[in-house]
Amino acid sequence: MTEQSLDTRPDEPRLTTPMTPQVKPAPARSAREAYSALLPELMLADERLYCLDSDTGLFDPAAFAGAPGRYLNLGIAEQSLMGTAAGLAASGKIPFVTTMATFAATRALEAIKIDIVYNRLPVRIVATHAGLAAGHLGPTHHALEDLAVMRALPGLTVVVPADAAQAEAAIRQSAALPGPVYVRLGRKATPDLGGGGPFEIGRAQWLRPAGDGPGRDARRTPGDVAIIACGPHPVLAALRAADRLEARGVRATVLNLHTLRPLDVDAIVAAAAGTAGVVTVEEHWRSGGLGGAVAETLAEHAPTRVTRLGMPDVFAGRAGGQDDLLRRYGITADAVVTAAIDLITAIPGGGTDDPDLSRV
Amino acid sequence: MTGRAADTAAEPVTDTAAEPVTERQTGHTADLAAMAHRVREHIVGMCAGPEGGHLGGSMSLVEILTVLYCDVLRIDPEHPGAPDRDVLVLSKGHGAICLYAVLAERGFFPVEELAEYARPGSRLMGHPVRAVPGVEMPTGSLGHGLALANGFALADPGRRCFAVMGDGELQEGSVWEAAMTSVSLGLGNVTAVIDRNRLQLTGPTEDTVRLEPLADRWRGFGWTVREIDGHDLGALRTALEPGEAGRPTVVIARTVKGRGLPSVEGRVQSHYTTLGARQAERALAVLRARHRRATA
Repeated sequence: MTEQSLDTRPDEPRLTTPMTPQVKPAPARSAREAYSALLPELMLADERLYCLDSDTGLFDPAAFAGAPGRYLNLGIAEQSLMGTAAGLAASGKIPFVTTMATFAATRALEAIKIDIVYNRLPVRIVATHAGLAAGHLGPTHHALEDLAVMRALPGLTVVVPADAAQAEAAIRQSAALPGPVYVRLGRKATPDLGGGGPFEIGRAQWLRPAGDGPGRDARRTPGDVAIIACGPHPVLAALRAADRLEARGVRATVLNLHTLRPLDVDAIVAAAAGTAGVVTVEEHWRSGGLGGAVAETLAEHAPTRVTRLGMPDVFAGRAGGQDDLLRRYGITADAVVTAAIDLITAIPGGGTDDPDLSRV
Repeated sequence: MTGRAADTAAEPVTDTAAEPVTERQTGHTADLAAMAHRVREHIVGMCAGPEGGHLGGSMSLVEILTVLYCDVLRIDPEHPGAPDRDVLVLSKGHGAICLYAVLAERGFFPVEELAEYARPGSRLMGHPVRAVPGVEMPTGSLGHGLALANGFALADPGRRCFAVMGDGELQEGSVWEAAMTSVSLGLGNVTAVIDRNRLQLTGPTEDTVRLEPLADRWRGFGWTVREIDGHDLGALRTALEPGEAGRPTVVIARTVKGRGLPSVEGRVQSHYTTLGARQAERALAVLRARHRRATA
């Protein structure tokens, strides 16, 4: 694992703890481009696979020359897209359906629920531009509800890869799952996380403390606080925050909870055990997503204080790129550090005096 | 509206002289007519169950589904999931009781099971569910069937795929997304069938959100259009023959909501009805009298 690679913000002070030796920045790749490059290769190897596009511009039709008739651009018609995928899947095919997350989760939701999920059909819904990834394009293109919506659907596997390599792993692994899958991707390149043990759908990754070995049972003394995140920017924020907390003598466990269904309950409970509390961070409205899943789980299994960081209950009001919006709305390492210190000191605002909109 | 519709429906059901006798049916057509008659009896029986049923839109659908399941679809009730079967999606899922009756008559499951319709624990739910042998897709939320048929058709160009829709259903925008897609993909193996009974829950389609000129609309979308009397078994059989390669076909079947029961025919009150035991008896008597005259 190369934690140092996670620290890509030029203004971020580099830490010199053993966990973050200084090396050159890690390569960054776009998960959605990794997916579009991988899919034609998978389709060549398995003729049950189809690529159903919705005029996303993500795919080069020429790349599917080896899979004639199996790349189809069904246009700007997401309900038709999901229904067609269901009919194919009910006939023994495995369609990969690509659209923006907001159109999947809201426009096409009923077709997903009834045609695909109710029938337990092996459709792979790959949703791009999730969270705030569409940036300046505005709230019509932001998807800040998709995790809440999708994880409520019985039998739908919901995966949020945190980098391009995880997206590739999720896409490859999804091919073997019998039921439907929702894979949430962003837009732009994000740093390769590396390490964290093998990526396996349904099993959370332990990112801190590092060096625990691949086995999930190789556990260590509990952290003072646990940070649970999903998606590229939240996981990066969690890791940066953990480094800063470490520098202040606070041990933070970091869990990449990349699968929201089926939920790795054991990992959540284990991460929370013995801590002052859990901070969740996600690129999603604070309701119903990762934070909701963690809070529900801990309330039932191991009551623990939980502070949920995410998009506050607003639509973005002014233009901004993804990074701008993440900073503006407090989906940042700063916010995680603040929340963690608050939990440990049991003093709201005990962490810093930075304004933290995410806890409004 | 359920109970009241049944009450208003009850009295004129004794009117047994209303049905004009059309052509005399012989041979195979007579067999189909006999099955259609039994299907109508089953529908009445299910509407007399504890929850009632979608009477009108099921009665208008009887000949359409009877011809499809007996003469058109390549299906095997012993192997409902056979990979080389033809596929029918009942997009107007509120026609479930007609579909169940036809499937049972066709041998997909025992006719006796129809008595369990909507009773607690029965797999025969108020809208089609896949647990019932022969049901391809759960429907009931309108506007899903044509896109599903497109997917089934894409998967195997050698099979025919049918989406049976209600006319009111055509008010759903998703139908037209799918209609464009069928044409763009050149799905000549897709046939849409529209049960054009002209009524939706609250009134005539043309007084609600207008559908006409319906045939021109489908032609404008690039479909081959066939318009027929949806209660004429022979006309249905002809209209449901395969169309042009590479071009989907729509059969606009002109029907009568509540067909078979003069008291509710063409009446909006027929949409959903719970029949009392006496009403059901009288309805069955009317159906039988009509069937006798048609086959005399």
